[in-house]
Parts: sequence; structure tokens; C-alpha cells
Amino acid sequence: MAEKKEALFSKKNRKLMTDPLDGANPISIQVLGICSALAITVQIEQAFVMSVSVLAVMIFGNVIVSAMRNLIPSRIRIIVQLVVVAALVILVNELLKAFLPDVSEKLSVFVGLIITNCIIMGRLEAFALGNKIWPSLLDGFGNAIGYAWILVAIAFFRELFGSGKIWGFQIIPESFYELGYMNNNMMILPPMALITVALIIWAQRSRNKDLIEEN
Amino acid sequence: MAIDKNSNGYTFSFAIVMVVVVGALLAVASQGLKTRQDKNATDKKMISILSAINVEATRDNAQEMYDKYVVDSKIIAGKDLSAEAFDVDIKKEFRDKKLAATDRNYPLYICEKDSNKYYVIPVIGTGLWGPIWGFVALESDYSTIYGATFDHKTETPGLGAEIKYASYSDQYTGETVADTSGVFQPIIVVKDGSGSGLNSKVDGITGGTITSKGVEEMTTRTLGVYVNYFNTLN
Repeated sequence: MAEKKEALFSKKNRKLMTDPLDGANPISIQVLGICSALAITVQIEQAFVMSVSVLAVMIFGNVIVSAMRNLIPSRIRIIVQLVVVAALVILVNELLKAFLPDVSEKLSVFVGLIITNCIIMGRLEAFALGNKIWPSLLDGFGNAIGYAWILVAIAFFRELFGSGKIWGFQIIPESFYELGYMNNNMMILPPMALITVALIIWAQRSRNKDLIEEN
Repeated sequence: MAIDKNSNGYTFSFAIVMVVVVGALLAVASQGLKTRQDKNATDKKMISILSAINVEATRDNAQEMYDKYVVDSKIIAGKDLSAEAFDVDIKKEFRDKKLAATDRNYPLYICEKDSNKYYVIPVIGTGLWGPIWGFVALESDYSTIYGATFDHKTETPGLGAEIKYASYSDQYTGETVADTSGVFQPIIVVKDGSGSGLNSKVDGITGGTITSKGVEEMTTRTLGVYVNYFNTLN
């Protein structure tokens, strides 16, 4: 490999993976991929499945585009990226349908969402097109995990307060309901996802003042 | 020889090669996996039919369990009464705008469990984003619902997609689709929370109104046809 001189997990490469978890988080800082963060965070399980599929598509997409970066004509690069992502998503879906049909059923609705996920296109365009394969792989991994933890965090609060469950298991005991506790139906609806994202952004920025914009 | 990567010729060639490669790859994947996918779809259909009569089957024993419990299947109305009921694609017929509702084939699966007969009726309709479908099992009085199961392709998780869970479909158990004189009685999906109990009403899903109404529409439209058929038997 050409990049053999640099250690596989050098400081720079580690940063590629850790930055997107906090300081350069795709959702809370770059505000990308908000659409899916709103749509599928009603239950943790769904958020998790979505995160795993984004992880797979993200890594392969980054690697493939990075491998072709010196061949792609710049005028049609967006179309090329789109084709790569779409082909990957369809391929993954076909494979799941054949070998893991139960997972495929859960995923069906997300397939379209993955293709349109701004984070994937954003990372292909911003990173993979200008970097070697290994850093691109790490970047894809880091961003997908950065996306995943926010998604699962939002889903955690929405599922807990919206239906009193975590991963489908009843957490809030029956006796609470008998005392008059009620699930907050507002949590299930999209506006509360937006507010939850905003609260996470708030917490993150009050902890790390560097993230606050000047105006 | 240096290639000018910004020339029209290179751009077009790149696009053409890419489309051919991707197209070929996806075609090969789709064809190569087709038999497995079809088998999975068949297994899933058997599992759904069995789950309407509260028999849990897995993908491994779907065929075996199906052969054990489903004793007969036939088409009770439609233009091709001699067709094999299991092979009728009601989804395709439902989508076919040129096919009149009376020309669609209506399959019926007759099951036997603990020496009781159950009649499993497939239903198909439209949710918010795409097709929804299900199986409703009637007891041998041709009226009381023994069990129901619903599924969907692309309904919103946590909202419309909830129709596939027992918390929704169990509401149908015990409801009757025909009164004592055999007149069809639709099961209405309500919003006001009055759906509990056996009153021909079930509670809809919060935030999933259109999907819930889709279930009401498909059960009303389809079960009516079957009740008419059962009346001719009595």
C-alpha cells in the first residue's frame, strides 16, 4: 500500500474517527442528516438498524469513491457519487432479502432514506474525493458512528417518554400509570425529535464553548 | 498518452462504462438471488397465514407447519376459480387498475387446528406510503374473528407500522363480521378510544390515522365478499 509510511492508527487518523463523535458531529454540529434523525427515532431498535445500514453504506461508499477519485470526471462527480450510493444500497437490500429476510423487512422503509442521507453524499464530496482509501474508510466509520450515537440518544428519550419503553421493553412500571402517569404522545410526533436534537446541541455547546458561533 | 479528464469524450465514456458496470452488477445480483428471495417470500406468506390462526412457525419449518395445518385452499370468487389459491398474487391484482374488483381472485385457506376449522382470508389495501396487507381468520361460524395479522411495506416506524404488532391486531380477536342473520358488519377503526370490547370497533393508532383507515378500508372491502360467499354455503 502506498500510505504504508504512516502508521495505520496515527494521531491524524485517529482524529478522523473521533472528531465526528463530538466536535465535528454530522448531526449536531454540521446539521446534516436531520431528516432521518426526525423520521426514525421513535424507537431505539429502528434507530439502531438505520445506524448500522448507514455505517455499511458509508464505509463502502467512501472506499469506492476514494479508490476512483483520480478517474472521476469532476463535472459529473455528484452523479457518480449518487450512482455508487444507490447501487450499494440496492445491493445490500438484495443480499439482505436473500440471506437475512427478517432484517430486510425491518429495513425496507429505510432504504430510500439511506440514499438521500445528506451525510453520505457530504462525506463523499468533502472527504473521499480528495483522500486516500484508508483515511476515507476511517472518516466514513467515524461519521457513521457520530450519526449513530445521536440517533440512538434521541430515540432513547423519545421511546422512554413517548411509549414508556426501551428497545421495546416496558421500563415505566404499570403502577405509575395507575397513579395517573401518562405517556407523552407529543414525544412520538416529529416536532419533539427536533426539540430533542436542539437540547443535545445545547448541552454539547455549553460544555464545549469553542463550538459556539460568533453571532 | 495523457487523457484529458475534463473532455466531453472522457466524461461520456466514464458515464457509459459506469452505468454498464453498475447495471450488470445489479442485474446479476438480482437474478442470482431470485430463487432464494422467492423462497423467503413464500415462507413468509405461510408464516403469516399460520399466525392468523395463532400458530407460530419459523422460516425453517414453515412448509412443514403449513402442510400440517392448512387442509385446503380455494378461490371463492373471481375470474379464475380453478387457479391454485396459494399462487394467486392478490397484491398484483389489487394494483392492476384495469382489473375490475369483481374479476380479482379471492383465495380462502381452510385450516384445521385441534379439530376446529378456521377460515383464513387474505386482505390487501393501501396505507400511507405503500401497500398494506394481512390475514384474518374466522371461526367455523363464519363470523367470529379468531385471529388477525397485518403487515406493511413502507409505513412509518412507530406510527403506521404499528399495525403489524399484536397490540393492534389482537383487538380484532372476538369481533364478529356478520350478525346472526348473516348480514355483513364492518370493523370500524375509531379515534376516540372506544374501540375496546367487542363492539365492531377497534382503536386506531395515534399518528397513524391514514394507515389505520387503510386497514379499515381493506377489511371492509374484502371481508364483505367472503361473508356473501359464506352465506351461500349456509
